[in-house]
Amino acid sequence: MSSTTSNKHNTPLKSLPKSLTGIIGLDEITTGGLPAGRPTLICGGAGSGKTLFSIEFIVRGAMDYNEPGVFMAFEEKTEELTQNVTSLGFDLDQLQKEKLIKLDHVHIERSEIEETGEYDLDGLFIRLGYAIDSIGAKRVVLDTIENLFAGLTNQGILRAELKRLFEWLKEKKVTTIITGEKGEGMLTRHGLEEYVSDCVILLDHRINNQISTRLLRIVKYRGSVHGTNEYPFLINEKGISVLPVTSLTLDHPVSSERISSGIPTLDKMLDGQGFFRGSSILVSGTAGTGKTSIAASFADASCQRNERCIYFAFEESPQQIIRNMRSIGLDLQKHIDSGLLKFQASRPTLNGLEMHLVSIHNQIKEFKPAAVVLDPITNLITVGSVSDVKSMLMRLIDFLQAEQITVLFTALSLNNVVNEQTDEGVSSLVDAWLLVRDIESNGERNRGMYVMKSRGMKHSNQVREFVITDKGLNMIDVYLGPEGVLTGSARETQQLQEETGVVLREHAVSRKNREIERKRLVLESKIAGLKEEFESVQDELNKTYIEDELRKEVLDKNREQITRNRHNE
Amino acid sequence: MKTKEETWELRLYIAGNTPKSQTALSNLKRYCEEHLKGKYIIEVIDLLVKPQLAEGDQIFAVPTLVKKVPEPIRKIIGDLSNEEKVLVGLNIRPASK
Repeated sequence: MSSTTSNKHNTPLKSLPKSLTGIIGLDEITTGGLPAGRPTLICGGAGSGKTLFSIEFIVRGAMDYNEPGVFMAFEEKTEELTQNVTSLGFDLDQLQKEKLIKLDHVHIERSEIEETGEYDLDGLFIRLGYAIDSIGAKRVVLDTIENLFAGLTNQGILRAELKRLFEWLKEKKVTTIITGEKGEGMLTRHGLEEYVSDCVILLDHRINNQISTRLLRIVKYRGSVHGTNEYPFLINEKGISVLPVTSLTLDHPVSSERISSGIPTLDKMLDGQGFFRGSSILVSGTAGTGKTSIAASFADASCQRNERCIYFAFEESPQQIIRNMRSIGLDLQKHIDSGLLKFQASRPTLNGLEMHLVSIHNQIKEFKPAAVVLDPITNLITVGSVSDVKSMLMRLIDFLQAEQITVLFTALSLNNVVNEQTDEGVSSLVDAWLLVRDIESNGERNRGMYVMKSRGMKHSNQVREFVITDKGLNMIDVYLGPEGVLTGSARETQQLQEETGVVLREHAVSRKNREIERKRLVLESKIAGLKEEFESVQDELNKTYIEDELRKEVLDKNREQITRNRHNE
Repeated sequence: MKTKEETWELRLYIAGNTPKSQTALSNLKRYCEEHLKGKYIIEVIDLLVKPQLAEGDQIFAVPTLVKKVPEPIRKIIGDLSNEEKVLVGLNIRPASK
């Protein structure tokens, strides 16, 4: 025993030594298991899984952690107990033979017992001590010690003895689970919580709308951090699994890699590159707005990148989706054939929410996809309340983000504006939120889409018209006219009007050009006339000038002639 | 009274030589001498010495007096200070008194 105690103190910080339960999920919530060497109280109503919980603690301890355990049953006989857990694959007989566990049934028959005077429970101590020492047990379960109260009348002695028992167990340095039936107004019927002050776990089994949910809550855990919420847990063929596997931290890795949404024009609205890898995307909208088409485009894009994708369909069958998507030019069948795409269709009412979560978990663990589609999450509401769905989705998102899986949810929003803000309450959890809306005007219905939010990227603030064509999905800029946003045929009319405008304007421009040309011609001819006129005036002026010259020349000649004539006489 | 022909096989489980076990043993001996003279066997089992015997007789409290014969099996827990109760428990006196 000394060697084990030294082992426990190996941790550098002097934190509370803990003992792993081996129960899936519980060790995460308790950050390492139950307090080692101390008693833990597990309480809950009938059928809440107390016995199973404690037996799993013992069996896992014996099989996985090399810590033998003693199971002291006050209710069930050892044979019954052995039979009850065979279905979980626990072979108690074999483990008993291997001296890894010891079962001891304490039978208390009220009618056989008479009490006179002073006594103590040393008999029980000795019995337990003997059992512990015979296999070197590190774990002990007392299920349900409260049965002593039914068998013995002297409560004073009993309470004092129980207190002594728990002290004694602590001294023995065994990690103990004590189970207790839930009492009215108290955690246990006989107030066992008074004696066990280190760790108290409450189990509950609730039925809402005919669907059962098992819940676990750590009421207190002295000296340790722990999750304080109610955590759903499941009992299936592998034993107990408390969900979620990861829920307490927000420290998952992030990627700045971008992936396409499968709609090029939508990517353009998202800073031109699409979503972040590992982010969560919500597509919400009223009925018939094309949410499934967006989801299918996303799945298609992921397969085109040669990445695996799981499509969880809660509304339509895979064949139906494949057929419908073919009409918009998406061939999903080829991705299924190549093994990249997997459809998982189930009605939400098939299971409770937790079972859904578990099956989603399992599928993801198995298929290892890069992208996951849930279409639509709204239908899950039929099996749980809004807050249940929210907590389930929150855990799912946590899980997916930790695994760097991109997830796209679709959600049906009801036809009123207020509700848009609270789609299953997940809008605050998701990284990107696309909203598809009906725009009803001029006697027709069109779809408008906008990016409500997109964390960590520049994104368009514009409402785009979302059109579904036989070649896929597309976003078109909407027209902002004097009467507001124009979509559909109003948009087309507007486009036509604009085209008419262009023609008219072009016509007007050419007419003006011709007029200018004409004016130019007129002016030019006028200029030519004036030039002619000027030339004729110039000619006139030149004529008189030459005449004068000629006359002068002739006169000069004549005078010379006359002079000559006189001299020759 | 047929029962008087039978032998009372009594086992007293104790845990060490404590004042309580002393009282129980001396009380038991006194009652037996008074009421069952010559028709009883008392076996004292100290669980500190033989802890493995506790499981067989379903002992959880000490001192416990177990009457195996005559039937039915009865267990009397405590230091046996209440004579009335012990005698009823051992079927020595009718309960309706």
